[in-house]
Amino acid sequence: MKRFAPSSRWLARAVVAIAVFAMVGPAKSTDIPLDQRRSGYADLGSDTKAMQDDDTINPASLWVLDGEALWSQKAGAANRACADCHGDATASMKGVAAHYPAFSPARNGPIDLEQRINLCRTDHQQALPLAFESRDLLALTVYVGRQSRGMPIAQGKDERLAPYIEAGRKLFTQRIGQIDMSCAQCHDDNWGKHVASSLVPQGHPTGYPIYRLEWQSLGSLQRRLRNCMIGMRAEPYEYGAPENVAMELYLMWRARGLRVETPAVRP
Amino acid sequence: MARPLINVPAKVKRGQVFEIKTLISHIMETGFRFTTTGGRIPRDIVTSFSCRYNGEEIFRADLYPAIAANPFIAFFTVATESGTLEFNWIGDNGFAETASAKITVE
Repeated sequence: MKRFAPSSRWLARAVVAIAVFAMVGPAKSTDIPLDQRRSGYADLGSDTKAMQDDDTINPASLWVLDGEALWSQKAGAANRACADCHGDATASMKGVAAHYPAFSPARNGPIDLEQRINLCRTDHQQALPLAFESRDLLALTVYVGRQSRGMPIAQGKDERLAPYIEAGRKLFTQRIGQIDMSCAQCHDDNWGKHVASSLVPQGHPTGYPIYRLEWQSLGSLQRRLRNCMIGMRAEPYEYGAPENVAMELYLMWRARGLRVETPAVRP
Repeated sequence: MARPLINVPAKVKRGQVFEIKTLISHIMETGFRFTTTGGRIPRDIVTSFSCRYNGEEIFRADLYPAIAANPFIAFFTVATESGTLEFNWIGDNGFAETASAKITVE
């Protein structure tokens, strides 16, 4: 019996999920009214809130410090540091993360902050791109993200991104995986309820990269999305795939106006 | 890059009780996990932490596999005289990290 424990737990979760969604009938997802949106921060326990709010306790500070060091470290054949072009990040990077993913004319599509950093590395520093979820890429991303803390998410102003936001919405509302559920069925239609003991949040990406206690590490929004898809028993998109970026873009648009919390702490 | 993060007030009054907060980057691999091919992931943890105040040990902790990654250790002490707080972490695979902080007692 014991070796079946993990799958029976999944079965239990699925049953709970089915029970939750049976109550609401055939789901027709609607957007959360703007004034009802809330960051997952509001539902944290007081300990986790304290951990996020105090830089001397927040474990993500370790990555922020690494990012600060990397910012002025020369790299690549061009032997240039981020600081050589962008100067002091506390001034030049203020508000930047609040409107990423942004349109890249070079790629003719949206790119997220991690991809922007890697484009800088390959084009301007002539260095190798950093691997997704590598310590250095997370460190630089969180250091840039930290400079926008407290600023409202500013997404939806660039007309060129409109079709990609729509593509992201389509992915968000599309049923996926063996469990055959869409992101929207949880995060639009049933936020605030529980799946087993876990609270279903609205799923706003206000604080990425986040320090997730479950991961015992910092992680990107793409990691979180892949994590959710594995939970749905769907095949997750590869890191850097256009689908992931479109979903990041849609989620940031959906969270427009909410405050950037980077680096956030979540259970 | 395993730079520790130390938080100590720069100035305290003599006799005052103050808090010292430390955070260090470490994976704290338990040694109880396995890879997908069945091999055991060897233990890699911080095993000991200590703090000296002007050379005198004022705090020591032993750490075990159940402690989460990036251990955060906070404790209190009494301000006696101006000087230096030295922090020392020791762990598996020869892990050794030190840090220090100056404190002024008025």
